Amino acid sequence: MRIKQLSIFVENKTGRLHSIIDALSKANVNLRALSIADTTDFGILRVIVDDSDAAKAVLSEIGVISKITDVIAVKIDDKTGGLASVLDTLSDSGIFIEYMYAFLGREAGRALMVLKSSDDDAAAAALTAAGIALTEQSEI
Amino acid sequence: MSIWQPKEETMPREELTKLQSERLVAQVKRMYEKVELFRKRMDEAGLKPEDIHGVEDLHKLPFSYKQDLRDYYPYGLFAVPMKDIKRVHASSGTTGKQIVVGYTDADLDMWANCFARALAATGADENSFVHVGYGLGLFTGGFGAHDGAVKMGATAIPISAGNTQRQIQTMIDFGSTVLCCTPSYAMYLGESIEEQGLTDKLSLKAGIFGAEPWTEEMRRQIEEKLRLKAYDIYGLSEIMGPGVSYECEYQCGMHVCEDHFIPEIIDPDTCEVLPAGAQGELVFTTITKEGFPLIRYRTRDICSLNYEKCKCGRTHVRMNKPQGRTDDMLIIRGVNVFPSQIEEVLLKIGGDITPNYQIVVDRKNNTDTFDVNVEMSEQMFSDGVRGIEAVERRITEALKSTLGIAPKVNLVNPKSITRSEGKAKRVIDNRKLK
Repeated sequence: MRIKQLSIFVENKTGRLHSIIDALSKANVNLRALSIADTTDFGILRVIVDDSDAAKAVLSEIGVISKITDVIAVKIDDKTGGLASVLDTLSDSGIFIEYMYAFLGREAGRALMVLKSSDDDAAAAALTAAGIALTEQSEI
Repeated sequence: MSIWQPKEETMPREELTKLQSERLVAQVKRMYEKVELFRKRMDEAGLKPEDIHGVEDLHKLPFSYKQDLRDYYPYGLFAVPMKDIKRVHASSGTTGKQIVVGYTDADLDMWANCFARALAATGADENSFVHVGYGLGLFTGGFGAHDGAVKMGATAIPISAGNTQRQIQTMIDFGSTVLCCTPSYAMYLGESIEEQGLTDKLSLKAGIFGAEPWTEEMRRQIEEKLRLKAYDIYGLSEIMGPGVSYECEYQCGMHVCEDHFIPEIIDPDTCEVLPAGAQGELVFTTITKEGFPLIRYRTRDICSLNYEKCKCGRTHVRMNKPQGRTDDMLIIRGVNVFPSQIEEVLLKIGGDITPNYQIVVDRKNNTDTFDVNVEMSEQMFSDGVRGIEAVERRITEALKSTLGIAPKVNLVNPKSITRSEGKAKRVIDNRKLK
């Protein structure tokens, strides 16, 4: 019940983000979701793409470091309180969230929330037990 | 301006050469008996102390190098028993291992007199208040200036380095007339004083600035901001400390205390002695030092010597400000940094840290900036910001503890550090000091 995310190291220099996105675009990699964590010195660009291995190979060619990580993607109903119930469940299970970001899925009326937690196995189990649906890689 | 030791400082050349010769012959004889490494080098060169009759034979003697100080660390090159060593000083070396130097009572007295010569050349006397803003510690700068001031009979203010606000307050309240510190710190003090509108409260007349490279433009700015006359001073721990040479009021080169140190300029590649006026590597022989004497020590500093008589009346040769180094040593905020140290630290951290680095030095607002770019590797990269920041911190702390100065560490893309003909360009020095 995990999906693949590509985390990319971005130097704090003009044009770095552009060169990464440009390389992915030229390799016909389609971005499904994107988030940037930034510090004053560097950034981590996290993307969900249709082919993570191909994307990683393309980036490696232009000297950019990336890593494929497994993350959970939760399906959230597009209504008030949708995210709150997910967070309630995790909080009750004593699980911390390291980061999360939302994107639109292909399914109408539902948002997708990518999350990385202190314990993804426990998080997946707790969410499933609470009746919250997780996304499969094939659904992306 | 007065001359502190007129007999020695204005000694006619002929007489000076005679004095140097006598002292050199005695020094070589003594070192041959007491210093194992020197004896070994003499034997290898097929030389006996009797072969050295005077300064004309200086060029025959074997060189000594900074590496010797590391190989014989800490006391292996001292020429007297430790009971006669009254003080040690130390400075950083290329491998993170410091080098140690030692002084006898006579050495300390000689050093104090050399610094007092520099003070007198600025017009200082027993009525002066000498503000010692160099670090008082293992670094030779602080104690050199302090002892010089005490020797002169001036009032020493051994405030040491740092705490700018306290420096300024003390300078005003205590009536400091001579400021001794690094030129970049003098500039910083000057700016702070100017900002606070305290310039009128200063009593400074002169400043003696050294331990790092500086320019004529900096001199002009320091003089304007602190309303003093700025003098250059040169020295290195291996030879003594600050006061090996110093500027007089005519500021046309630094007079070398030739009755104690004989300078030579050599071609660093062929090791041939170059004629007067030629630019090359500066080499020193200490002819009076007892504790830690050195023969033909390769300073790695590039400069030239001027034997023309100076208008100030001193006969001692003048060296110009070093124009560079024959090795890759950088002086950053007064601290000696060798690129090899950085590589060594990165390798020592080990694990996943790559030793692919580049040093970028610049000068902003008259203070050196020091960046170390390190190439990122797959192993160093993690999905979390905290993980990467921890890597940066680990590198910064390891470098700081070895270098004594903290760089700003930037992680950069692999293979992004410029390589020309396969060799990475390790140092980019954007400071314009020439």
